[in-house]
Amino acid sequence: MSPLDTVERAAQSPDDEQPYAELGLEADEYARIREILGRRPTTAELAMYSVMWSEHCSYKSSKVHLRRFGDLPRSEALLVGIGENAGVVDVGDGYAVTFKVESHNHPSYVEPYQGAATGVGGIVRDILTMGARPIAVMDSLRFGRADAPDTARVLPGVVAGVGGYGNCLGLPNIGGELLFDECYAGNPLVNALCVGVMRHEDVHLAKAEGVGNKVVLFGARTGGDGIGGVSVLASETFDETGPAKRPAVQVGDPFTEKLLIEACLEIFAADLVTGIQDLGGAGLSCATSELASAGTGGMHVDLDRVPLRDSTLTPAEILMSESQERMCAIVEPAKVDAFLAVCRRWDVLAAVIGEVTDGDRLTVDWHGERIVDVPPRTVAHEGPVYERPMARPADLDALQADDAARLPRPATPEELQAHWLAVVASPDGADKTWVTEQYDRYVRGNTVLAQPEDAGVVRIDEHTHRGIALALDGNARFARLDPYAGAQLNLAEAYRNVAVSGAAPLAVTNCLNFGSPENPEVMWQFAEAVRGLADACRELGLPVTGGNVSLYNQTGDVAINPTPVIGVLGVHDDVRRRVPTGWRAAGETVLLLGATREELGGSAWASVVHGHLGGRPPVVDLAAERALGELLAALAREGQVTSAHDLADGGLAQALAESALRYGVGARLALDGDPFVALFSESAARAVVTTTDPEAVRATAEWAGVPVTELGTTGGDALVVDGLPDLPLAEVRAAWTATLPALFGSPEVTVGSVPAGTVPTS
Amino acid sequence: MRIGVITFPGSLDDVDAARAVRLAGGDPVALWHGDHDLKDVDAVVLPGGFSYGDYLRAGAIAARSPLMQDVVAAAREGLPVLGICNGFQVLCEAGLLPGALHRNAHLHFRNRDQQLRVERADTAWTADYDAGQTIVVPVKNGEGRYVAAPADLERLEGEGRVAVRYVGGNPNGSLNDIAGVTSENGRVVGLMPHPEHAVEDLTGPSTDGLGFFTSVLKAVVAA
Repeated sequence: MSPLDTVERAAQSPDDEQPYAELGLEADEYARIREILGRRPTTAELAMYSVMWSEHCSYKSSKVHLRRFGDLPRSEALLVGIGENAGVVDVGDGYAVTFKVESHNHPSYVEPYQGAATGVGGIVRDILTMGARPIAVMDSLRFGRADAPDTARVLPGVVAGVGGYGNCLGLPNIGGELLFDECYAGNPLVNALCVGVMRHEDVHLAKAEGVGNKVVLFGARTGGDGIGGVSVLASETFDETGPAKRPAVQVGDPFTEKLLIEACLEIFAADLVTGIQDLGGAGLSCATSELASAGTGGMHVDLDRVPLRDSTLTPAEILMSESQERMCAIVEPAKVDAFLAVCRRWDVLAAVIGEVTDGDRLTVDWHGERIVDVPPRTVAHEGPVYERPMARPADLDALQADDAARLPRPATPEELQAHWLAVVASPDGADKTWVTEQYDRYVRGNTVLAQPEDAGVVRIDEHTHRGIALALDGNARFARLDPYAGAQLNLAEAYRNVAVSGAAPLAVTNCLNFGSPENPEVMWQFAEAVRGLADACRELGLPVTGGNVSLYNQTGDVAINPTPVIGVLGVHDDVRRRVPTGWRAAGETVLLLGATREELGGSAWASVVHGHLGGRPPVVDLAAERALGELLAALAREGQVTSAHDLADGGLAQALAESALRYGVGARLALDGDPFVALFSESAARAVVTTTDPEAVRATAEWAGVPVTELGTTGGDALVVDGLPDLPLAEVRAAWTATLPALFGSPEVTVGSVPAGTVPTS
Repeated sequence: MRIGVITFPGSLDDVDAARAVRLAGGDPVALWHGDHDLKDVDAVVLPGGFSYGDYLRAGAIAARSPLMQDVVAAAREGLPVLGICNGFQVLCEAGLLPGALHRNAHLHFRNRDQQLRVERADTAWTADYDAGQTIVVPVKNGEGRYVAAPADLERLEGEGRVAVRYVGGNPNGSLNDIAGVTSENGRVVGLMPHPEHAVEDLTGPSTDGLGFFTSVLKAVVAA
C-alpha cells in the first residue's frame, strides 16, 4: 500500500502524476486546482474537487443559462429561493411548502431497482433538510419502446424501486407520468419529486456557523457503495490483490431513512441544530464543503470518526462515498447530548466528526495527518463555469417542415373510431394501474386526489382544510420540435393540471433532462428550453423555486429528445372543494372550455397511428392558459362543476375516454366541425368539464373570457358521438387496461395459486 | 375511551389509526414500542407499516419488542387488540392469532380499493357491522397472503373465526380468501386491509372502515 498522501507530501512532490483525466477533470481544471492550492492536490483533495466539479454537482454547463430563473421578478410567495436544497413557498395560514424533482436516470439504467429507490431516497432527504416533513412523492418515468426487450428489464425494476422505497417510507405516491419513446432505449428517465410541509419558522438552511459548533454525521454507516470515479484512485492506491472496484450504484435502506426522518423532525422541533445538510451525490465532500462554504468558511473534520461499514476504505473513498441515508448537522456544543439522545431513541447512529473553526479553510485529518486543506468555496460554489457553444440542430428545419397535417387521416367513421381506440390503448395512453397499484397512495390519510387524476392533491391541515396540488409534465415530442415552445407547453400543461383540480398555481420546479452539453445542438436545445420556461414563468407570474439538470442522457452519440419535466405547485384554500376528473352521474352537461385549432404536430395521434414526429407544436397562448386557470378556480370555488379534465396528449379523444372510464359513466356527444380535428388536435389551454348548471358555467366563462362549446350529456354505458359508431365503454376499457399487463405480465395469473412447500403451523 | 396506538420503528399508519380512533369518538393514546407502559388504555391498535424494515420476517422483530410482552399478557386477559396489515403480521408472529402472512402470490406490492365481506359481526372490532355486510376499504401490502396449515385452516373455518373475507377478487392469493381472523374470544382481530384509510369521504374510497373503531368503543363499555 502506498503511503498516505498528505498535504505535506503533496507540497514536497509537486511532479507526482495524478489521474485527473480518469476522474473526469479537464487539464485546465486540474491546473486551476493547483493554482488555488499553490501545490498539487492530495489524493483526497483531488477526489473532492473531481466530484464537486462534475457536471452533476457543479452545473458547470447549465449555470449560465439557469441564471434566467434567478432573474425572474421576486415573488411574495417565495420564502427561500434557488440555491438551497429546495425552494420554499408560502401557502398560507403560516404553512410553508418545499418541493423539488431530481433525476436518477443513469443509475436506474445500470441497476433499475436500486437506482430508482435511491432516487426517491435522495429527493426525500433534500426536502427533509429544509426542515419540512415530507408528505408525498411523485415519479415521472420514461422508457424506450414499450415492447423492447430492455424495457421489460428496466421498467419493472424501476417501478418496484420507486414503490419499494416510497411505500416503506410511508409517503403516498400521488401521481406522475409514464411515457415511452425509442430515444430513451439506452437511457431511461427516472425523475422523482418530493413535497414537504412545515411552519414558516421551521425553515432550516445548510450552513455551518458558530466557531466551536460540532459537526455531527448521523444515519447509516459509510460504505463503499456509490463510489464512481474514485475507484480510479483506489486502483491507483492498491495493488491488484486489493479490494475489487465497488458498485457505482448506491443501495438504499428505506427503513433507516424512515428513522432518520422521524429523528430529524424531533431534532428540528427541539431546536437542536444551527445548520443541516443531507448527503447525496459526492457524499461527505459535498456536505462538508457546502456547509462550510455557505457559513463562515472554516471547518475541521477527523475522518477517523466516521462510522464505517467497511474498514478497508481509503480516506478519499470515505470522502466520496455515496452511501445513502446519511445527514450532516451543525450542533452547538451544549446541545450535542440532547441531539445524540434523540438519535438513540430512534436507533439512529450518530458521531461527532469535527467542528466549525475560525478562518476559511476546510481541513480533514486521517490518523492524525492532514490530508485536505482547501478553501471550501472553491470546492462547493466556485467551480468552473462554461459557456459552451450552441447551434440550432441542423435537422430542425426539415423536421418542422414535415407537417403532421399532411398525414393520411381516417377516411371513414369506423377508421376514426379505430384511431381513437389505438391512441387510448397505446402504451402512453393506456391505463397505468399496473404501475400505480404498486404504490401506496393512502398512507398518512391526507391524499385527496392521486393518480389517475390530473393532479395530486394533499390536505395539509385537517382543521382549516388547506391543501396543495401538484402536477408533473414533460412532453418531449413538442420540445424536440421546438424546445422554447415545448418547455412552455409543459409548464402550461402542469399549470392546467393543477388548475383543473381547483387549485391556484403558485410555484414551479423543473427537471431538465438533455443529451451531452458538449454537443452544440443539445446545448442550444437546453438554452432554448430554459429561455422558454423563464419567459413563460414571467408571464404567468410564477417563481421557479429550484430544479435539477441531468445532462449526458444519450445512447451512443444519439441524444434523447429534450425532456424538460416541469412541476407546478398549487394551493387549495379548502380541499373539500377539489374537482375530480371522472364523470359520476348521468344527465350532466359536458362542456369544452377553450378553443380548438387544427394542431397535430407532435400529437399522440401522429405518433401512435403514423409513427410520425414533425411539424410545429401547438401554439402557446399563456394569456389563454391564465384565463382558463382563473375560470377553473372560480368554477371550483362556486361549486359549478362536478368534474374537470385537462386536454393534453391525445387531445379530446383521450380526455373523454379517461373521464368516462373512471366511474363507468358514458355520454352522448356531438362534435363541432371536423370530428377528426375535434378529437385529436392537441391545442393547449383547454379542459372538459361536467355540470348540472351549464348556464352558470357559461356566465362564469364569459367573465373569464374563455370560449365554451357544449359537447353533450353524460349517461349510458357508451361514448356515443354523432356520426360515429357507438363506442361501448366495455370495449374501450378492455383495450385501455390490457396494454401494460400484456407487456409486463399480469399479476392476476398467479393469484389464488399457492406454491408447493411447507406451510407454517400456528 | 382511551385507545392506544403503538409506534414501532418503521410504523407508518400510526397517524392514520389515531385519526380513525378520534373520528370514531375515542381518545387516541400514543404508545412506544420500547416502553413497558400500556398507559391504562382500554384497547390497542397495532398499525400498518414496515416495523423494523420487515427484516427477518414481517412483524417478527416487533412481536418481540418490550411493549408487545405487555400487549400479549393483557390480550390474554381480554384487552381488545386490532392488528392492521403489519399489525396483523405482528399478532401472528406474537402467537395471538393463528397463521402467517406470506409474500403476495403475484410478488407485487398491491394497493387497491377492496370489497370485503364481514363474516363475524360479534367481535370487539366488528360489532357495528351486520354479518354478511359488504364493505370497501383499501388494501395495500406486499406480504399479505394469508396461509395456515390445513388443520388450522379447517379449525378456523369450523369455529367461524374468519372475521373478514375478500370478495370481488382476491388481491394477494390468501387461502380461502381470508382477509382477517379473530381470536377465540373475539377480542383480538387482525386483518390485512386498512379500515383506518376508509374513515372520511374526502380521503378514502368510503367511510366503511369507521365501524372497526366505533365497535371497540362499545365493546369496552360492555366489558
